[in-house]
Amino acid sequence: MKKVIVLLLLAAFGYYLAATFFYIDFGISHFTNGVRDYYLAHTVNGLSVANTVTSIVVSFRGFDTLGEVTVLFLAASALGSILYKRRHKYEERVVLFPSSRIVQAGSKLLFPAIILLGVYVFIHGHLSPGGGFQGGTIIATGFLLMLLAYQDYHVSHNILSIVESMAGILFVTFGLLGFIGGGTFLENFLPVGELGDLFSGGVVPIIYILVGFKVGAELTGVIYTVLNEKDI
Amino acid sequence: MDNSLQYLEIGFYGSAIILILVGLYGALMKKSLIKIVIGLSIIDAGLHLLMISIGYIKNGTAPIFSGEDFVVAGNMVDPVVQALVLTAIVIGFGVTAVALSLVIRLYRHHGTLKIDEIKNLKW
Amino acid sequence: MIGAAIYAILSKDILYAVIATGVISLILSGLFYLLQAPDVALTEAAIGVALTTIIFIITIRNTVRFEDEHDKKEHIKTIEK
Repeated sequence: MKKVIVLLLLAAFGYYLAATFFYIDFGISHFTNGVRDYYLAHTVNGLSVANTVTSIVVSFRGFDTLGEVTVLFLAASALGSILYKRRHKYEERVVLFPSSRIVQAGSKLLFPAIILLGVYVFIHGHLSPGGGFQGGTIIATGFLLMLLAYQDYHVSHNILSIVESMAGILFVTFGLLGFIGGGTFLENFLPVGELGDLFSGGVVPIIYILVGFKVGAELTGVIYTVLNEKDI
Repeated sequence: MDNSLQYLEIGFYGSAIILILVGLYGALMKKSLIKIVIGLSIIDAGLHLLMISIGYIKNGTAPIFSGEDFVVAGNMVDPVVQALVLTAIVIGFGVTAVALSLVIRLYRHHGTLKIDEIKNLKW
Repeated sequence: MIGAAIYAILSKDILYAVIATGVISLILSGLFYLLQAPDVALTEAAIGVALTTIIFIITIRNTVRFEDEHDKKEHIKTIEK
């Protein structure tokens, strides 16, 4: 009975979804034309940032990004408080079988390369695809590799929280510095360089590097908290 | 609209809508709590595909200025939906992590994951 | 991709279902690259394939693996009452 109701509901929902979206033509410039043209023009002329997605995320919609990293921080702290136990020191993690010597040596070899790739991705976020969110998650996967290979590898929660909160404070500080010239929050106050240089775009790469540190620290904290869960 | 574009439209929109429906079916019909969370993440994937394919332009390029065409912006795909989906993916990971930690907590409290054995969670 | 989604919903073994969701994310990031969205493709590949899968697997390790729970550990029931 329940199955019939669910299938009817899904059929009706799918029909209306399909009817709505097939009405919007695929592959033809239509939808957000004014906004899109404004962003594309001002990315090159006003900011001289090569990657338009970066300039939207960091500069035009920077306040939303601040809200988003706050949501991530809330998720990480909610995770810690839901999984709270009265056990403050972390012992060795329980594993079914320890990883072999090849895995350990290989992951020790790969770990600096992964961290370097993540740092490269978020430093060059305004020139090439990538940016703070991508680089932060790549760094978190590097820490995940080390945590899986060595069962006595530990990340200090204090250092993570210091990095994370310093990045957040600097983000807000750079946002507030935009008020100096009589502008708005996250207004660009540094000189914009030549399009395509590493030091270009004014305040955009600085903000994205800070976002990268913040996201990396938060996701590493999430993984570390969940990985230390024990089957009681 | 020529023919190949129509096939592409049916392919992308259709697969996105089918992903959403399959995920919704799983979230409504399944008994196990982990299966419900898997269904929710499949709905997420379908929505991301739908939004990105709305912003696509035929023969468009990625919204990155590089090389010779520093100033040519007329033929780029829509960067607004891409920024939107970029934030949505990261937020979706946070939501999944919190939901799974709640699942672990419920299992520790009740000793089972079937929602008809846990009281007050049935519909 | 759709086959992987249907398998992820119907499979009785939750571990296989989680691997199928990883496959969905991988194919989805390829589709994003074809739709000229390299930023989104990079994010989906890093988050959907690596981090989400590993969090699901840790959850399965802490709870049960099969949907009908025939591998349930009995001693857990009395804790935290």
